[in-house]
Amino acid sequence: MKIITAKTDCACEKRIALDDMILTSDMPTAAGSRMLDGYMSLFDAEVVTRLKEAGHCVSMKADVGEFAVDLMGETSYNGAPVASGVLVNAACETVKNGDAVAAISLDVNGAIRRGAAQSGLVCIKPTYGTVSRYGTIPAACSGECVSVTAGDVKTVADILSVIAGHDDKDGTSLPAEKCEAAGKVTAPVKRIGVIRALCEGVDADVQAKLDEFCAKAQAAGIEIVTFDGAALTAARAAWNVLMSAEVCNNVSRYDGVKYGYRAERFTNIDELYTNSRTEAFGDVLKSVILYGSETLSTENYMKVYDKSLRVRRIICEIFADLFEDADAVLMPAVGKMAYTEEDVKADKYMAFSENVYTAPASITGLPAVVAGGVQLVGPALSDAALLDAVARIG
Amino acid sequence: MRYETVIGLEVHVELATDSKIFCSCSAHSYGAEPNDHVCPACCGMPGMLPVVNRRVVDFGMKAGMMLNCHINRVTTFDKKSYYYPDLPAAYQTTQWFAPVAVNGTVEIDTPAGKKAIRIKQIHMEEDAGKLVHDLREDTTHVDFNRTSVPLIEIVSQPDLSSAAEVEAYLERLKTLLRYARVAECEMAHGTMRCDVNLSIRPEGSTEYGVRTEMKNMNSIEAIKRAIEYETARHIDAVENGTEVLVQETRRWDDVKGKSYAMRTKETAGDYRYFPDPNVMPVVIDDEWYDSIADSLPELPEVKFERYTSEMGLGEYDAEQLTRSIALCECFESAVEVCGSAKDAANWVISEIMSILNTKGMTYDMLTVNGETLGRLIVLVRDGKVGRANARRILADMFDDATIDPEAYAEKMGFIVSNDTGLIESVVKAVVAADPASVAAYKGGREKALMALFGKCMKELRGNCDPQVLRVVLLAEIEKA
Ligand SMILES: [Zn+2]
Repeated sequence: MKIITAKTDCACEKRIALDDMILTSDMPTAAGSRMLDGYMSLFDAEVVTRLKEAGHCVSMKADVGEFAVDLMGETSYNGAPVASGVLVNAACETVKNGDAVAAISLDVNGAIRRGAAQSGLVCIKPTYGTVSRYGTIPAACSGECVSVTAGDVKTVADILSVIAGHDDKDGTSLPAEKCEAAGKVTAPVKRIGVIRALCEGVDADVQAKLDEFCAKAQAAGIEIVTFDGAALTAARAAWNVLMSAEVCNNVSRYDGVKYGYRAERFTNIDELYTNSRTEAFGDVLKSVILYGSETLSTENYMKVYDKSLRVRRIICEIFADLFEDADAVLMPAVGKMAYTEEDVKADKYMAFSENVYTAPASITGLPAVVAGGVQLVGPALSDAALLDAVARIG
Repeated sequence: MRYETVIGLEVHVELATDSKIFCSCSAHSYGAEPNDHVCPACCGMPGMLPVVNRRVVDFGMKAGMMLNCHINRVTTFDKKSYYYPDLPAAYQTTQWFAPVAVNGTVEIDTPAGKKAIRIKQIHMEEDAGKLVHDLREDTTHVDFNRTSVPLIEIVSQPDLSSAAEVEAYLERLKTLLRYARVAECEMAHGTMRCDVNLSIRPEGSTEYGVRTEMKNMNSIEAIKRAIEYETARHIDAVENGTEVLVQETRRWDDVKGKSYAMRTKETAGDYRYFPDPNVMPVVIDDEWYDSIADSLPELPEVKFERYTSEMGLGEYDAEQLTRSIALCECFESAVEVCGSAKDAANWVISEIMSILNTKGMTYDMLTVNGETLGRLIVLVRDGKVGRANARRILADMFDDATIDPEAYAEKMGFIVSNDTGLIESVVKAVVAADPASVAAYKGGREKALMALFGKCMKELRGNCDPQVLRVVLLAEIEKA
């Protein structure tokens, strides 16, 4: 397990850890990639600026998998973060160990949500556009969100209120009034729909967490209903296409010319590009690049990429229908409570199948809260309502 | 057999906005020191997000309307991926799926009469940087000043059929875009560049031949030479089988007067276009659309007609004025103040245009305010300021657009004196001091009068009605 940088040994109540997708001008940001080893940003991310202005101590960077597309962080060039054979998420570990009161992550492919579910932490991936992505390393821009993870709901809500809000520097940032609406509980969650299709096939530990959550919810006076929701499983394949294409495009800028890793041996510009990228990128990222590049080719664009955009719209419509009958929906965040080193050795692309649980919220930009090892997804701007629900459920 | 040349143009025009398309860096890269106008965003560094410059969309719409296009009310930006060291993020943000303007026409004059050239589309995009090759050190430097400077690309249908038509089309584009004040369109500055797509076919045929493309042409003369060369090469290939034509990109070498096939590596590739998720679709509502539509200028030929038939100007004057929207605007607001089209045209054509020429400025660079010019004209007409002094005021107005002509004339001591006492005393002194000239005039030499007149005018620093001075001077000579 590696925490990349702990700048100060400050022990105040306001220590915040950032995952290494969030740029800081006073600590290096590597995005888990040899390509950006030692990269110093010229500017701070907007969330960092807001946290500092609010008096928080932003002094710790937690490692991520290469460009945060993997399962838990196992594709980092620093090696997989492991605790007794079980994969852990570095940002979650900083919170669990008490090194930080909260962790800020860029949720690209759900690694932070899986980590929080596994660690029993509370995590929110807010509504897309309510927290500025200015100063986050771009990977899958159409769905990635800055998320907050902490040990309890109140801390998550407090930190979220600091970083959320309109930002002119982010063209996808929602207007101020919408960001404010996301921070208020206008319609408390009274009925939760369980997505049966996503609960099938999870292991017994996860099933137990789901049952426990439902029982507690009912005890708190929240009605539980069941939806089939089979179509939501299609979000995974579509998200893999969109994410890979965007990652492929976004990491194209790392070519060894201007900054970052540069191969020692080359005889011309093409070799400079090829050798630098061959040497600096890891295998899983290379697969993502190739897959993404392929889906965007003239031959495949309509068949694959455009179709995935249409699936995204359909998934949004399905959620909208579900939210006619429930205030939020419940689904697992993980298929098993502990992913092991062995798991990813056997299948290094596990992130792209296990993200069946995280892709629905990623592809739609809907808010998702992980608590008690399960995941609650609500309508756009229901962020505060979701946090309020998990607080009531306890 | 007789052949017809079929030409379509892709014209890149740099938009004259103050800042770049997605960041707030200055877009005026021409003449700046390398990498003076850069920031992490236009250098493609991670973490910066594009924020669309609304002025660029204004200008894109305006260009579309000038070319009679349909404006897409929802217009989107897309990423085009390729590797080149002058493209810092390895993608260019452009418009692929829903360009700002489509389906337009531009009318040109040909020897056979008017011809409409169809416009397929106009899309907005960011420019790339520049590579500077240092042969001495065998290295290449990158200058990102031009990166993200806004461009529009105007894509025509293959409706042009000769070098002369291409020239007429390009000139017409320049006029329209300059009139709308959206672009400088100066090929020598690189603010207008052109890709020429060309094929030939037997006259009367409706099928297209093999098409070749010549990229980045930057002078009309070179374009004309290239078209003639390529046409001859294509005909030679078809008629005499000198070579097999292939669809390819070629580079025009204007010095050698030849075109060369570019290495396939330079041209091959799939650009992998996809919608830029960081740029929200731009929605053009009625209010926005109307504000741009209302700001369109009157076309030069309409102005010409109005100047000659309604305002009574001669064709030469009207032609001179309509060479630039800036001259027209200056002229029109001067007329509003001074009420005389003739006077205003005179001042703009003989004074303002010649000052611009002397300064090496284009007509579009005129900053003198027409309303101020009108007030200056009134001062001269009312005899309050002499013409020579008015010229000096005008020259100073080029350096300081805020000059108020009345106050400035006062300050400079240019107000014509109505004090006949002063005039008489000056005349008396001059006549007394130069008995020789007085005698010469009396002896019949007209020139001697001019010498005395000049001396008096100089003493009075030009601030005197010449008619009054003449009368007083003649009376004094009579007495002497
Ligand atoms: Zn910039």
